[in-house]
Amino acid sequence: IGVDEKSLISILTNSNEEHKRSLRKGSSKLFIEDENGFERWDQSSIKILKHQFNRFRDAVVLSLLHPWERDARLIEKAIRKGPKHYNVIVETACTRSSDQLLGARKAYHSLFHHSIEEHLTHIKGRERKLLVALVSAYRYEGTGVNEDVAKSEAQILYEAINNGDKNKLLDHEDAIMILATRSKQHLQALYRHYNQSYDKTLAQDLEGEGILKDTVECLCTPQTYFTRVLEAAVKEDADEESKRALTRVIVTQKEQLVKEGFVPNKIQDILLGLNKDFMLASIASGDIK
Amino acid sequence: MATVSAPKQVSVKEDAEALRKACQGWGTDEKAIIAVLGHRNAAQRRQIRHVYEEIYQEDLIKRLESELSGHFEVTNGTIIAKAVYRWILDPPDRDAVLANVELKKSGNKHHVMVEISCTKNPEELLAIRRAYHARYKRSLEEEVAYHTKGDTRRLLVALVSAFRYYGEEINTTLAKSEAKKLHEAIKDKKFGNEDVIRILSTRSIAQLQATFNCYREQEGTSITKNLPKDSSDEYIATLRMAVRCLKDPKKYFEKVLRRSIEGIGTDEDALTRVIVTRAEKDLKEIKELYHKRNNVPLDKAVDKETSGDYKDMLLTLLGNE
Repeated sequence: IGVDEKSLISILTNSNEEHKRSLRKGSSKLFIEDENGFERWDQSSIKILKHQFNRFRDAVVLSLLHPWERDARLIEKAIRKGPKHYNVIVETACTRSSDQLLGARKAYHSLFHHSIEEHLTHIKGRERKLLVALVSAYRYEGTGVNEDVAKSEAQILYEAINNGDKNKLLDHEDAIMILATRSKQHLQALYRHYNQSYDKTLAQDLEGEGILKDTVECLCTPQTYFTRVLEAAVKEDADEESKRALTRVIVTQKEQLVKEGFVPNKIQDILLGLNKDFMLASIASGDIK
Repeated sequence: MATVSAPKQVSVKEDAEALRKACQGWGTDEKAIIAVLGHRNAAQRRQIRHVYEEIYQEDLIKRLESELSGHFEVTNGTIIAKAVYRWILDPPDRDAVLANVELKKSGNKHHVMVEISCTKNPEELLAIRRAYHARYKRSLEEEVAYHTKGDTRRLLVALVSAFRYYGEEINTTLAKSEAKKLHEAIKDKKFGNEDVIRILSTRSIAQLQATFNCYREQEGTSITKNLPKDSSDEYIATLRMAVRCLKDPKKYFEKVLRRSIEGIGTDEDALTRVIVTRAEKDLKEIKELYHKRNNVPLDKAVDKETSGDYKDMLLTLLGNE
């Protein structure tokens, strides 16, 4: 099922009643025989259609917005929608450049008359500390990593995860400080040291730890994170949220995705109708920021 | 208002030449250096450095550093060197240097960190963080996190990372409830609790002022009076400084000046820092506060307590001719 607007419009405007009836009878997936003698639209099909149009609308709006406003709105929505959406906050805070994140913070001021940090106080859960710290970061972006410090901080994280109470990780001050203040280069070096020293990756050790794992992946191995999100979206039984994530990731990560050749092949299969055309077109046009 | 009197029209070329002359030959003509630099604002100083480099193919700052710090015979040689160096830097760069110097000192006083995060507007703090990147190849927050621990670390990292909303809107209901939260924390001596740090490091300045006012209405005394004074506890001392800075920066700076001068000896570091960092901002009002509080003009006190070229420098920045 999909929405091919052009064809639809052409067919509908050119059909008479007879033609339309035979269309309905012919589309047994979309229309069911009603006991009162007419072919009615299947309820679940309407839902799917609605979602398709919504996703298209979202894709258009998201693409059109200035990246700062876009990111500010993504964060604000995620805060409002609750814990299942906190990964969007992590994703936005950790995969943008320092200046892009700053821009998002400024846009947030203009749009919502509060700082992101203030709105994050609405979160009662233990994720708040980490989230506030991540959005407040203005990381150094140059090269030059102190490998010794990276190694010792890898150890600090290792001990926090393996020797401490895993449930208390979100409260572990040192861990949060390291993840929230160190440069991405530094954290990537830390990630390497962790792997070398402990024969497993930091991400593996954080399996099941929700936004902590997301944080580490977004900062150290963003392609892994995005691949995971995209694959969840293209699964057969993907829910609406996952599919929305597809739109978000494709729009915000256009550049990277094209580089890594992830699209259009994989995506083509699930994106249908106008949404697909729009997505592929915007990626193909190399609409780079 | 600024106290530094900088003429509107200057010839930066002549200035560069005058500075060059002051550095040549035997010794250094500090008076000439002060006479020029002490009467130039930040934009002009930047232009002078630029022109100097063009003409003489060297960095004026590096030249001054080497000229001035060599004067060990003069008792306050390095003090004048530090003062000139601080003065000639661009304000965000200067604050980044001050922050770094303070972090490297193994003491537990965090004046600079609190001052830059609580008395500057959000854009200024941002500029400082950028300058810190450029100069030290690290972010300010990671350095603060590395050099401090415990509650102090939580407070300072939160303060320097803040990007407060700049607007004047106030939510009175919120101010009242947050004033209550602050009071409860103080009453229970839980100074380091999450609410305290969160409120102080995330709310806009306007909102905080409203909160402090509500506190006063609710409790009958100002919040600063309820925070232990002169505490030997690093965190409480830092917290109190932050509250005072957020509440009334000029009053805070007046006190720093007063403390630096009174008693035996002078705390040149503090004296230089306040005068140099506020001379182009609100040193005039701070001077007025000082006069009111101490019955003697700040200029007179500085004249009495300092000497030599250092005194000349300070008095020039204070607006004396």
